[in-house]
Amino acid sequence: MTSNHNRNPGVPLDLDWVMGAHVNKSAVERRVETLPKRRTVKKEWQAAWLLRAVTCIDLTTLSGDDTPGRVKRLCAKAKYPIRPDMLERLGLDGERITVGAVCVYPNRVHDAVEALRGSDIPVASVATGFPAGQTPLSQRIQEIEQAIESGAREVDVVISRYHVLTGDWKSLYDELKQFREACGDAHMKTILATGDLGTLKQVYQASLVAMMAGSDFIKTSTGKESVNATLEVSLVMTRAIREYLERFGYKIGFKPAGGISSAKQAMNWQFLMKEELGDEWMMPNLFRFGASSLLTDLERQLYHYLTGHYAAKHHMPMG
Amino acid sequence: MSTLLDLFKTMEYGPAPESPAAANAWLDDHGRKFGLFINNEWVTPKGAKYYPSYDPSNGNLLAETVQAGKKEVDDAVAAARAAFATWSKTPGVVRARYMYAIARNIQKHHRLLAVLESMDNGKPIRESRDIDVPLLARHFYYYAGWAQLMETELRDYQPVGVVGQIIPWNFPLLMLAWKIAPAIAMGNTVVLKPASYTRLSALLFAEIVAEAGLPPGVINIITGSSGAGSMIVTHPDVDKIAFTGSTDVGRTLRHQTAGSGKKLSLELGGKSPFVVFEDADLDGAIEGVVDAIWFNQGQVCCAGSRLIVQENVADKFIRKLKARMEHMRVGDPLDKSIDMGAIVDKTQWETVDHWVKRGISEGGECYQPNIKMPEKGLFYKPTLITGLDPAASTVQEEIFGPVLVSLTFRTPEEAIALANNTRYGLAASVWSDNINLALDVASKIKAGSLWVNCTNLFDGASGFGGYRESGFGREGGREGLFEYIRPKWMDRPRPDLTSLGLDPATNEPAQPLTWGEHIPARPAPPTTARANGVDHLPRIDRTPKMYIGGKQVRPDGHYTLTVLGADGTIIGQVGDGNRKDIRDAVEAAHAVIEAKQGWAMRHGYNRSQILYFIAENLDARNAEFVKRIVEMTGRTQKSAQAEVDAAVERLFTYAAWADKYGGTVQETTLRGITVAVNEPVGVIGIACPDEVPLLGFISLMAPAIARGNTVVMIPSQKHPLSATDFYQVLDTSDVPGGVVNIVTGDRDHLTKTLVQHEDVDAVWYFGSAEGSYWVEYESAANMKRTWVNYGLPRDWMDREQGEGHEFLHEATQVKNIWVPTGE
Repeated sequence: MTSNHNRNPGVPLDLDWVMGAHVNKSAVERRVETLPKRRTVKKEWQAAWLLRAVTCIDLTTLSGDDTPGRVKRLCAKAKYPIRPDMLERLGLDGERITVGAVCVYPNRVHDAVEALRGSDIPVASVATGFPAGQTPLSQRIQEIEQAIESGAREVDVVISRYHVLTGDWKSLYDELKQFREACGDAHMKTILATGDLGTLKQVYQASLVAMMAGSDFIKTSTGKESVNATLEVSLVMTRAIREYLERFGYKIGFKPAGGISSAKQAMNWQFLMKEELGDEWMMPNLFRFGASSLLTDLERQLYHYLTGHYAAKHHMPMG
Repeated sequence: MSTLLDLFKTMEYGPAPESPAAANAWLDDHGRKFGLFINNEWVTPKGAKYYPSYDPSNGNLLAETVQAGKKEVDDAVAAARAAFATWSKTPGVVRARYMYAIARNIQKHHRLLAVLESMDNGKPIRESRDIDVPLLARHFYYYAGWAQLMETELRDYQPVGVVGQIIPWNFPLLMLAWKIAPAIAMGNTVVLKPASYTRLSALLFAEIVAEAGLPPGVINIITGSSGAGSMIVTHPDVDKIAFTGSTDVGRTLRHQTAGSGKKLSLELGGKSPFVVFEDADLDGAIEGVVDAIWFNQGQVCCAGSRLIVQENVADKFIRKLKARMEHMRVGDPLDKSIDMGAIVDKTQWETVDHWVKRGISEGGECYQPNIKMPEKGLFYKPTLITGLDPAASTVQEEIFGPVLVSLTFRTPEEAIALANNTRYGLAASVWSDNINLALDVASKIKAGSLWVNCTNLFDGASGFGGYRESGFGREGGREGLFEYIRPKWMDRPRPDLTSLGLDPATNEPAQPLTWGEHIPARPAPPTTARANGVDHLPRIDRTPKMYIGGKQVRPDGHYTLTVLGADGTIIGQVGDGNRKDIRDAVEAAHAVIEAKQGWAMRHGYNRSQILYFIAENLDARNAEFVKRIVEMTGRTQKSAQAEVDAAVERLFTYAAWADKYGGTVQETTLRGITVAVNEPVGVIGIACPDEVPLLGFISLMAPAIARGNTVVMIPSQKHPLSATDFYQVLDTSDVPGGVVNIVTGDRDHLTKTLVQHEDVDAVWYFGSAEGSYWVEYESAANMKRTWVNYGLPRDWMDREQGEGHEFLHEATQVKNIWVPTGE
């Protein structure tokens, strides 16, 4: 991951700030309800945004049946996410258009690194007992170390939800500090698993603690909870990012994950990023989609832009 | 295609226009010239004058519409009158079907309505599409329901008749819905005049109504100048006027309808507070501000235009707000990706700009974001003015544009005081995550709509309307029906005002105000002297006094009015009150409202106990009161006895109502609760009728105080002694001093002072037709509510006429509190 800003080193835990948080659910809902209706992009603007969304995808496979072959195929799509003939017609054949990263289980990191060799696309590994985080701390830390040893440049860690649910912010902070230390130069993307948390206020509080502990990104979900990325939790998390920036000057990235499969949805998140955080947060160094099938829809919409025809899924190369 | 690459790097927004093709085609279908909609037909008067409608975002001429003259107004009223004969007799269930068809047809033409509205008014298509038109349909659905239920749920009521409705340019379709839907639901017929700047959507609506099959004449749409508006308002065959617009025009309408027996509802201006406490979700509140003041370019009567922030978070809040303003997009109203469109007209744009300059000259610091603005068209940047004090006119006056002023406060008490430091009372928004604080503040801000942690929410099921100079009457909800119905026993009053020599075009009197002038009373002539001490000891002189603040006080002027009995002999003397007695009484009435355990803050149980106690003590002196009535009026013992018994019973009635009229839960579309609270009006001045000196007094006092008001009573001028006897009953019944104040004297003289008193919230007047005219006319000074009898008697002994909902309705004003829920 290229970075044009100072990496967040973390700050001391500020419990007063955490405890003084206020998030009003109905106000959040109203913002989220109207935002997608306040903004839209059409024509070449839309094409540019769709293409930008492609570059922000953490192309993901996190399944029990992942094999080296499956990962290889995914990585091929990561390198060439848009059909070359389409890129040419878009006038972007000279540009290097790839997804943001490939995201896999620790056991598959090696396969991905091999498949992506020469492309500069980072491999992200989930870790720390993904998805539930209910394994002993030492094992979770070891998992981070092994992923990095295998070549992961980004680590998507899951938090212990029980620390949030019991209000034990200190333990959450300490745990994440240890994760961050284990990550070393690799970027830490902290998954809050918001579908497991009770309230939006807890989402906000957990976001603050995760940033204080040194996260580079905060991420909504593992994709395995019953509710994954929603615009509501995303709004709350982006506002926490904004507040952290205002206090400490560090830019924290944001990654919604799970359930984002259409171009229309992706653009709603782009509106959210642009409106709540600004243009910098529309770029892959501060914004990622955790998604698998989204790419195909983006590609189909680009096809529609180019031809005026609605595209068939089977005309887009599989990942 | 290098632009695509550029866009890929810059991630800008681009244009996203909604197509005006269908709206333009509709305008072309009509040759861009429109007649008047009368009897479901387009009527073009011979030699008609036309008025242009422009698109404020680009200055293009959209179409021309007729300037209606007197003949056209007469024709429209006649059409409505003719239709009323059948529409008012059409069963509610049938009216409901028509209204349902209208609502459906609105939805079918949703996008066309929205696009035309945005072209004509300049509002963003997002708003017309997602807010205005859906609410338009919602209102017709909601009131179709009341048409269905009228015969069972409102069986004691009848429609009012022909209704004249005048609407503003800020929400042409929505205001039309608020006016028309409840009116036709209740069986009235309508002549509606849209605002001059924005006439087109009403004309499209007319076609949609005709297409839905509404019978001719039920809805008539007349375009025209304010002159045509005045013709509607002063038309003798119009039975009710409903108006939304500025407070100044509202005053004119109050004058133009004074004394006529027309019902009047006014929804006027505002300078609504937006109160942010330190424990609010500040980011949420910022979005609230955006919806409060930059919705519809700030051209919203209930716009949250006075930001009042707790001092310790004020800097942070303003910083966040400024950052948020940088994300506002201003541009083509038909662009689907903008937040603010165009100001409706050049004149309005200049008014807004004038206020901003004034704010700066008053010491304010003006902030406007550095955003891209269209090169032409009537656009105005979102504007924030900080650093002003309440003394600044920009803080007090309605700007009606995208301009927010901000103040700070230290304590909840100060927040409430600042929020209420305004002549208006339309709406308020309160932000706090502490429910105790938020609801307490919501209950204490004087406004018709109270939004907790939200703002500018509307729904057919919730009433909307003002306190104070924001007008009276409600639109929406069950409470909105009462503007369009009349008790079945009551005919439209048509008082004889020939003595005033009114100009039929303006309703102004030939002579300036002399009504209520009064030379203090003198002794009665010797022929009427009472037989006193001729063949027995002289009576011990008993001197009734004024009753103010719970104390018996002498009249300020030290003049005395002699009271004659039915046989012409002197039966007593009362003080001849003057302006200062009224002043003192009003102050006493306010003091007991503002006291720690103020009268309005007491629970209904306590007020009911006191009313029962009054009844008990009155009944204990039953014989004495009977004797007094006989003595004063010469009526039979039996008749007087019936009056006293009825008075006791009436006290029981309102003791009953003291804890049974608190309000309702409104079934709006909000997740959470919307509560309609029937709040007291405040201080009510009441001039009592002569017919039944005790019962009239009790019938008016009791509902007022039962519902938490305090009163200044002017007893029957002719027969005041029942009232002066009555204060001894009050004295022994635990009634806190100041709740009931009694000032005797010349009724009209005292009423005039009351109605001109700007700290009196309502005046009820049961006297002459002429007096009723002047009460309504003079009430315009502070837009107080009035309730007058137009010189017509009512049967106070009859429970249908003498008590019940009409009285409770007059004794309360509805506040709708919106509380969204969810953690």
